[in-house]
Amino acid sequence: MSIFEYNGSAIVAMVGKNCFAIASDRRLGVQLQTIATDFQKIYRIHDKLFIGLAGLATDAQTLHQRLVFRHKLYKLREERDMKPETFASLVSAIQYEKRFGPYFCQPVIAGLGDDDKPFICTMDSIGAKELAKDFVVAGTASESLYGACESMYRPDMEAEELFETISQALISSIDRDCLSGWGGHVYLVTPTEVTERVLKGRMD
Amino acid sequence: MTKVAESMPPKGGFSFDLCKRNEMLAQKGLKQPGFLKTGTTIVGLVFKDGVILGADTRATEGPIVADKNCEKIHYMAPNIYCCGAGTAADTEAVTDMVSSQLKLHRFHTGRESRVVTALSLLKSHLFSYQGHVSAALVLGGVDVTGPHLHTIYPHGSTDTLPFATMGSGSLAAMAIFESQYREGMTRDEGVKLVAEAICSGIFNDLGSGSNVDVCVITKGKQEYLRNYMSPNPRTYVSAKGYTFSKKTEVLLTKITPLKELVEVIEGGDAMEE
Repeated sequence: MSIFEYNGSAIVAMVGKNCFAIASDRRLGVQLQTIATDFQKIYRIHDKLFIGLAGLATDAQTLHQRLVFRHKLYKLREERDMKPETFASLVSAIQYEKRFGPYFCQPVIAGLGDDDKPFICTMDSIGAKELAKDFVVAGTASESLYGACESMYRPDMEAEELFETISQALISSIDRDCLSGWGGHVYLVTPTEVTERVLKGRMD
Repeated sequence: MTKVAESMPPKGGFSFDLCKRNEMLAQKGLKQPGFLKTGTTIVGLVFKDGVILGADTRATEGPIVADKNCEKIHYMAPNIYCCGAGTAADTEAVTDMVSSQLKLHRFHTGRESRVVTALSLLKSHLFSYQGHVSAALVLGGVDVTGPHLHTIYPHGSTDTLPFATMGSGSLAAMAIFESQYREGMTRDEGVKLVAEAICSGIFNDLGSGSNVDVCVITKGKQEYLRNYMSPNPRTYVSAKGYTFSKKTEVLLTKITPLKELVEVIEGGDAMEE
């Protein structure tokens, strides 16, 4: 079994018109046994910047703590929030530092940059950045998410349509993955507000 | 190392903290993850006035295409570029690192960087990691001593060649070069041959795919032709988009309005005593 399959996860982020959405499933398991059904895999860095961490949950939480710490140091020094591009480089550097003993995490970063331009990106566990203009996926359900997003995604969606698309893509993908499930968390970020929704899903 | 030192930003170099734990997990039968690879066809050739580099744009993770349009021609210096094949994180990190060393060197000396300087920095880093940093590179540039093209292997060995290929599609691309390369080609002939070699990799090697990137470097000038050719456009897009017959069931909604940041004016009226 791969180390990524120990806890199970599914994370996806999509870009819309001046907005973005990032979504994850809610299950925390130990192999086939479910431990929690309201587990947070998406973390808020600041109002317009979110990171989803797929993979080994213990490493995800450690990595998140280090990222929060580094973001606070940055804010003290620069007196402003990090741009998503900068944050992606930070995550990449922290991951690549552990090139020969990595955190077993695959991050998905989504944020609104200057002029509210949406930015999404994902990485492998050693920080190889993969920038995308449309959508990015991570976790044990990544293969089915690729399929769902590839067919459902359309460029320049408005916020509500984007929410529906990402939710349907997530729900249909995690129904084909044993290791992720129990509904989903969706964050929909526009320049004026952040909408956080909990989705109902299958409970098996 | 103390706890405080661990959490402080690092000064550079790798951290081996998790190696023992990860080895323990591997022994317990948990498979280590695969990394993002660039599969890749990368090529370069020397022509009449300079160097041309070329690359495909596919990144893979095992059999999955992870990125359909990634960039494999990395900037090193204004007159030097470098194509990378192998583990994506390694090619990215190693070229970025040497690029910053070259820039500092330029500030220090006030002269244009030389290709051999980049070559030495790259090969000494790769050699010191004995092939564990798996970056296979094609380095090309034009400096005060003329055009140069080198290949660098993950273990640190290097070649100096008039035309070179690397990556999983190197054989397919080399077949084109071996049959058609001549000395003293013109720019247009060179770009055409490079594009043809990359296309050969795209169509005959499964690790390479999508588009062709080309970079032409001549004395005092460089042209980065991103997506010079797109021989594999998407054909399966639905014009109408996708409609859902049933809406997703939402259990809970929380809306947080974002506040505008307040502008702080410095040096305003002092408070009365």
